[in-house]
Amino acid sequence: MSAVIEARDVEFSFGQTPALRGASVAVEAGEIVAVMGPSGSGKSTLLHCLAGILVPDSGEILFDGARVHAMAETERSSLRRDRFGFVFQFGQLVPELTAVENVALPLLLSGVHRKQALPRAQAWFARLGLDGLEQRRSGELSGGQAQRVALARGLVAEPQVLFADEPTGALDSLTGEEVMDLLVGAAREQGTTVILVTHEPRIAAYADREVMVRDGRVNAPDRIAS
Amino acid sequence: MSVPLTLLGLLEREPSHGYDLKRDYDAFFGRGKPLPFGQVYSTLSRLARDGKVVISDVAPGSGPDRKRYIITDVGATEVEQWLTQPVDPEPHLQTVLFAKVVLALMLDRPAAEYLDTQRSAHLHRMRELTEIKRAGSLVDALLADHGLYHLEADLRWIEMTGARLDALRKEVRP
Repeated sequence: MSAVIEARDVEFSFGQTPALRGASVAVEAGEIVAVMGPSGSGKSTLLHCLAGILVPDSGEILFDGARVHAMAETERSSLRRDRFGFVFQFGQLVPELTAVENVALPLLLSGVHRKQALPRAQAWFARLGLDGLEQRRSGELSGGQAQRVALARGLVAEPQVLFADEPTGALDSLTGEEVMDLLVGAAREQGTTVILVTHEPRIAAYADREVMVRDGRVNAPDRIAS
Repeated sequence: MSVPLTLLGLLEREPSHGYDLKRDYDAFFGRGKPLPFGQVYSTLSRLARDGKVVISDVAPGSGPDRKRYIITDVGATEVEQWLTQPVDPEPHLQTVLFAKVVLALMLDRPAAEYLDTQRSAHLHRMRELTEIKRAGSLVDALLADHGLYHLEADLRWIEMTGARLDALRKEVRP
């Protein structure tokens, strides 16, 4: 199988501080890959470059054959909205919106009519064990519930790639694993590719394989035969 | 896993034949490593010799062993002591991995690469246990979690050791 998304020899610096120094990684369609590494290793920067949030100083980002690094901001913005989903660690839900409106947000932003968007969003509540919480606002949800709402929002538009940056980092162990179990289950069911940044081995163990980022470079270990 | 104490514990639940003990041991504790019949009967013989079980009756019929075993007061006391005493914390620093790292540094071999290989192997095993956890019962999940937390502790040690290899090299190769 060929890669659906790939970084080739990517370099990126924050001012004078290099974050990525020739990072390369290729992820196949439907794969769940954990990006691991110590703090400051460049793993989140790599995710942001792959997702078209940051533009590399040099090197290439390829998604489904398209040259993401060469796209204009508007084009990358469309890509992020229509083809990618995101789950982050903190503060993702819009506090003024209800939970179901938060989940529907990517659909509404893509031009789906509210009448179609809300039922599609609603369907995720039963799927992720969130029944009855549709009309709550983010302040009325527990951390685990809010993260499941964020996960539903990341997946509602059936993205080709879901980017998850420390999605369980703010949760206790059991709640974090419940969220990961739902994330992996839903992604496998939909065939969504997942790029998961985490420093926690138990969370990385939900992925199909891991890559290590160290000093801005990627070390992908050889696969071990089962 | 202490086979004699586990079998004694199963016998405290109810008097049983060797076959039933093996079946329950394999179901709850074997985790893919069935207990050989030979080991079941040799263990029960030793427990009987030491007065921890007695044979209550021999059922009529076929089969190599139709003896039913009953736990004695001595056996029950031993089970009680075993259950209430904490397990010795294992001296993890005396592991093969520690020896490998130190020897690698002494011999000027690539210790960091060995640690990377070990990390991959650990994560591979953690993925297997996570799959067992996702697909299995609560018993499977709790046993898998026990393994996962131990492997995670090893991985933390691997990270810390990896970050201190230069300092350790100076200590073991003065």
